[in-house]
Formats: sequence, structure tokens, C-alpha cells
Amino acid sequence: MGKTIRVRKGLDIKIKGPAEKKIHDTTIANIFALKPEDFPGLTPKLLLKEGAKVKVGTEIFYSKANESIRFVSPVSGTLKEIVRGAKRKILAITIEADTEMTYESFDTSGDVKEVLLKSGLWPLIKQRPLDKIANPNEEPKAIFISGFDSHPLAPDYEFLLRGKEKELQKGIEALKTLTKGKVNVTVEHANASAGVFAKVRGAEIHSITGKHPIGNVGTQIHHIDPINKGETVWTVNALDVARIGKFFEEGKLDFSKTIAVTGSEVARPAYYNVQSCANVSNVLDGNIESHNSRVISGNVLTGKTIDRKDGYLGFYDNQITIIPEGDEHKFFLTKGWLSLGLNKLSANRVYPSSLFKNKVFDVDTNTNGEERAFVISGEYDKVFPWDIMPVQLLKSILTNDIDGMENLGIYEVAPEDFALCEFVCSAKINSQKIVREGLGVIEKECM
Amino acid sequence: MKFLRDFFDNQYKVVKHKFHPIVESFDTIHFTPNIVTKSGAHIRDGADLKRIMMFVIIAMIPCLLFGMWNVGHQHYIAQGLYPELGESFWYKFGYGALKVVPIVAVSYIAGLTVEFIFGVIKGHSLHEGFLVSGMLIPLIMPVEVPLWQVAVATIFAVVIGKEVFGGTGMNILNVALTARAFIFFAHPNSMIGDKVWLGGMENMKATGEMIDGYSGATALGQLPSIDTQAAYDQVLANNTIWDTISGVELGCIGETSVIAIGLGAIFLLLTGIGSWRIMLSFFLGGLSLAYLFNVFAPEDNFYFQMDPFHLLFLGGFMFGMVFMVTDPVSAAQTNTGKYIYGFLAGFLSILIRVLNPAYPEGVMLGILIANVFAPTIDHYVVQANINRRKKRALAVAKIN
Repeated sequence: MGKTIRVRKGLDIKIKGPAEKKIHDTTIANIFALKPEDFPGLTPKLLLKEGAKVKVGTEIFYSKANESIRFVSPVSGTLKEIVRGAKRKILAITIEADTEMTYESFDTSGDVKEVLLKSGLWPLIKQRPLDKIANPNEEPKAIFISGFDSHPLAPDYEFLLRGKEKELQKGIEALKTLTKGKVNVTVEHANASAGVFAKVRGAEIHSITGKHPIGNVGTQIHHIDPINKGETVWTVNALDVARIGKFFEEGKLDFSKTIAVTGSEVARPAYYNVQSCANVSNVLDGNIESHNSRVISGNVLTGKTIDRKDGYLGFYDNQITIIPEGDEHKFFLTKGWLSLGLNKLSANRVYPSSLFKNKVFDVDTNTNGEERAFVISGEYDKVFPWDIMPVQLLKSILTNDIDGMENLGIYEVAPEDFALCEFVCSAKINSQKIVREGLGVIEKECM
Repeated sequence: MKFLRDFFDNQYKVVKHKFHPIVESFDTIHFTPNIVTKSGAHIRDGADLKRIMMFVIIAMIPCLLFGMWNVGHQHYIAQGLYPELGESFWYKFGYGALKVVPIVAVSYIAGLTVEFIFGVIKGHSLHEGFLVSGMLIPLIMPVEVPLWQVAVATIFAVVIGKEVFGGTGMNILNVALTARAFIFFAHPNSMIGDKVWLGGMENMKATGEMIDGYSGATALGQLPSIDTQAAYDQVLANNTIWDTISGVELGCIGETSVIAIGLGAIFLLLTGIGSWRIMLSFFLGGLSLAYLFNVFAPEDNFYFQMDPFHLLFLGGFMFGMVFMVTDPVSAAQTNTGKYIYGFLAGFLSILIRVLNPAYPEGVMLGILIANVFAPTIDHYVVQANINRRKKRALAVAKIN
């Protein structure tokens, strides 16, 4: 193992409702949904019609851009509905689950890439630049795996992967066949010697210490082997590496996962065994404290809002967070912008909360102010541990300056890397959305 | 607070849609709006521009209050009355308030009127930038400045200095300094000379209440033309370094007291609003040039020989350092750029002050010139970052 990467900038957001280290079983959900919008830039082409019978692993749609990328059913049952939005865009494909699971059979002995594409596990591999499903026709210069998640209330990967070392090993071996370069795994410094990745062979293990976003794979890539124009790297979530490993070990697709249900509005924050893409109501019923709360598939910085009754776990998500909605007017002196603000979470020293290093906050979804132009400089730099100038990059995207974007490092970034900038922004600028738009422009013009 | 909430909710129904930005402006001052996150991060930092701008205004309060008292104090000692500092506090403060409050009011009324008009045209509520500018403008005016000139200058600064560029956050020049520069060039008699610094001077002269030989000139006004050691000593005796630190001297309303400015500086630095990089480099920029003058001073040039700290504490240098040059919009945006920009502004301020006899005070022009150069400075800092990335790519290409 090399030197520990020390990151000085960043911010750990401490909010209420961490998951208790206890895993609850749940009954299998009766509705599942595949949502194409979980995969940025994807145009789905359907293979089945409503009413079709599917097994676990039956192909349902493929990517228009690359026919070999297949998306399969996570459950056996009946294709219930193809939900369409404006311009007939497919929003979701829902599947009603059977009580007994039946499985498609796969031969896992062939070429790893072929097997992953056919089994529908390929979308677990993402690429940078562009932060989308990896293009199987390219070869990456390296593969990066983050061994932990540093987002607020994130699931503890060490806890979830304990006992799955064999699967991890198998998964890494499979991934290793996809690149001539290295497979890089980055773990937290504290878990470097005794963690689940300590004994993994065939991968380069790095350790990192500091505050969030050290768990973001983008931060790790930037400090280990940054992406230059023309290069591609692939990234896989550590939990998904174990899933891939399990598939190659057992030859059977298994879409079950253990997720952390977290947040101040959760009655019993803990870990729950669920299925990928499952309806969340069986986990949430009776588990939400108040009516006016927001259910997020994922974490508070990068997750997506889902409906508490009709919502489904996102394809990549291993966490559900529930926090109060903040849709009330707050009188400026008591709770609003000129209040003392002892309970207001802020990284800015205009609130005293930044003095209490260990205080845990109950935060709602209020923006705490209106959107403005960039006024205060230097806010983003404090939480952005990259040799990239975040504001300048965002401005180049806003002005559609393609040369500027390329020069300032758009090939290295993903929206999630800007989530902390977005959080601390006093002008309330939605930087993740801007970065996603910038990546779209780059894909169209330069790829 | 329900009645207030109901009141605003009702206004949205009563007032024409076109004028909703005005209602919204007052509404969002009283209530943080009920806007929730729609995209990206679901939670957001508690800090917003309203709070940050209000904190800047709070930082200026010591300067404002001291300025009011000082206007009164100077007024009375010019008549030979109440020479002790602690004497007749309320007389002095009251007189100063009568002089200063109208300037503050005119600045805010003129500026906010323009802001509201642009808000209605562009359909957005009041952006907070002017709340700070509106307070800065009076603090950098001589007390005898005609109110109509304050109004015209403020309107000019907000329209030409800011709104034509797109409003708060888009301006190139510091808005308050633009207002001051407008009067400085359009009505120089209101900004320089011996007659503008003392409250009620014309009146006192007419009625003969003023003590004999009172000149009303500031140290900065006198220093450039001094050619004898005796005259130089006289000016320094009238304006000791303690006078400049305490601020009991003639000058613009808010700029005289280093102590009051220092309180604001501490507040801005503790809250992280003011950039220490800019403040430090601005001070060093001025200080280094003042030392250079010392080193190369001709024997008969007394201004060059002045103690550097004494020179910096005179006039608006310290006020400019804490409140003007640090304006985040017109300053350099990059951290490295801030050092260069601050140094340049401080250097130019003292350069203009000491070398150009037409401009007794150079801080305003020094900062405005640095404002103009800030984007260029940033450009080169950003270019360095770009070049690092290109070099990295080249190095990889070579290996392969």
C-alpha cells in the first residue's frame, strides 16, 4: 500500500438519524420499477410489452446508443405498466412480482464483458468522463473502486461487506480482466490494515483520510491518477463489486441488497434487506415520523426524491434518507435569516453552528434563501479538494464555453463532486444540475 | 407573526402581478421564504446573501456611530467649544446625527428606488448588494456634500456601475466608489479642498463663530504642498498618529477612526466574510511603497519621509482596506489572485496619494483601478491552473 492521501478541504455534514447497526428483514415488495432516468443520458429501447412474463434476469430494454448494454428484470413476475411522460418519454417500467422467484440461467464461464452485458450487471460499471454507464467498446486506463461512502448518514461499507471478502475478491478478479491498467481500491485510513479490503489481492489499495468528499470516487481518482482529455476510467461501487463477485461465484443473479434507512424522520433508522429497484412502501410504512417529510432514494446530497407510497429504490442506491420538508415561512428574527441560528446547520461562520464541531443537526429541505448570482468568492474552494477551480468551471458551463470546460477539467468531474459546493453556496446555485448539463454538452460536441 | 404573514399573503392578491417583486422584497426581508430544494442537494447551508450582507452592515456600525460623534466634535471644537473628548457627548452626537442621517437616508432612498425599478422591469425581488453600498456611500462622503449630489451619484453608480452589467454580482467596479468617483470628477469642489470636511463651516464663518485661524484642511490636503520642516512638523502635530488611530480628526464621515474600522475588521474576519488575503496584501502593498518612499526620499520632500504607518492610518486607506477593496464582486475571485489584487490596490492607493498633488487621497482611484485589473489577474491565475492540467496530459502522452 502506498502513502496515505491526506485531504485537507471538505466538510462532514452531521445530521440526525444514523442507521443502527442492525439488519432487519422485510417481505419482498410486490412492485418493482426500472427507471431509465437513473442512468443519465440513456434512451431505452423496449424489448417487451405490458403483460409479458419475466424472470429474474430477463432482458427488458437496452440502450439505444449501445445495443449490447442490456437492462434486466430484478424480479420474476409480470410487466405491469410502461409509465410515460411528456413526448412519450419512458419514466418507469413497473413489474408486479410473483410470490416465488424464478431465474434466468447464465453461463458465467465465458468472456467477463460478455457475461456482464448479458446479465444486466454491466450498468453497475460507470465511466468518467461523462459519469454514465461505461462504454463496453472502450478500454479504460484503470478501474477505480471507493471502499467507503462518506456522504451524510451513508451506509457503513465495512459493516455491509464483512464476511463477503470472497465475493469482493471474485469481483475484483472479474473487473481486472476489463483493463490492462490497475484496479484501484481506496479505503479509509482507519480501515486500511484491518478492513474488508485488507486481504484483497490483484488490486492496488490506497488509503485516504480527511472529510467528505474523500469517499467520492472522483476525489480519489483526482488524487491517485487524474483523468486527462482522451482518457477513460471506469468506476464501480464497492457493494456492487461484491454483487458482481457473487454472480460469478454462484452463476445466479441476485438483486437483493442491504440498504441503510436513515434520517431524522425515520422511526427506526437501521439496515434493511430489500431488493434492487423495489417499491419502498413496505420498508417505510409505519417507519416515518411525520406526514410532511421528504423521502430520498440515496443521501441528502445526491439522492433523488421519491414518493413514499409509489416510490422505488434507485438502481445505484444503497440508502434511503427521510428528512422534514422545509416548506414554511420562517420569521427572520426567530428562525429565519437574521436569527441567532443555534440550530441552523451551516459551514459558514456567519452562524455559530460552525463552532460546534460535534453537534448533530436536524435539517429540513428549505433552501434558506433565494437564488442569486455568484457574489461571495472562495466558498466552494473550502470544500472542493481538487486542483480544479469550481466556480470558473461552472461559469464556463453556464456560458456554454466548450474550450473553457475542457481546459478547466470537465472530463474529471461528476455532478456528485459538486454536491458540497451546492450545499455551502450562499447564492443557492444548483451546481449539480449545471455540471450535468455541461457533461451533456460535452458528450454531444466532443465525444 | 401570523398577522404579518397574512398581511404579506394578502398583498400578493391585492397588488398587481407586475409589482410582486416589490412585495416579495419586503416579504423575504421579514420571512425566509418557503422555497424548498428541487434539484441537487436536498439540504442547503443556513447562510444566504441577506445574512452575509447584513453582517457587513453590522460591521460598519462602529464607523457610522463614531463618524456621527466626530462630525459633532469637530463642529464644536472649531468654535472653541467642548474641547474635551468626553464633554457634551449628546450635543456632539446629536449634531453629527443631524448631519449624517440625511446623507444615509438619501443614499438608501435613491439607490433602493433604482433597485426596485430594475427589480420590477426584470421581475426579481431586491438583490441584497445595495443594502451594503447604501451604507458605504455616506461613510465615504465629506460631511458637507450636497444631498442632491449624493442622490445623483448614487443613481449613477447603481445604474451605470451595476445594473447595466446585470445587477448584484455582475458589476466590475465597486458601486460605492463609483458613486464617490462620480462626485469627485463631476463636482470636485464637494470632495476636495478645505471647506467640505467640517460640518456647518459656511454658517459658522458667516456668523463669525469660528475660532481665528481655523483652516478646515485635512492632513492629506496639506501634505503635498509642504516645503519647510516647520510646516511639516505643524501638520503632524495637528494630526498625530494617535489622532489617526482614534479618528478624532477631519475626514470622510466613516473613514477617520482606525479603532472603529478595526472593530469592523475583527467582525468581518471572525465571521469569515472579509477576505484576510485581500486585507493583508492591501496593507502590505501600501506599506511597502511607503517604505520605498522613505528609502528614496529626497531631503526636501517631507511627504516621502513620513512614517509609513502614520501615512497609512491617514485618510481612507484603512477604511478602504476593510470595506472597499474586499468587496467580493469587484475583487479578484481566485485565492492567488486576491494577494496580487490587494497588493496592487494598496500600492496604487499610496502611489496616487503621495505622487499626484491633484488627488490628495488615492485610495478611491487605487481600488477602482485594481477593480479593473481584477479580471485580468484572475485570468492569469486560471490560466496557470489550465496549464498545469495541459502539462499533466502532455507528460502522460510522452510516456505512452
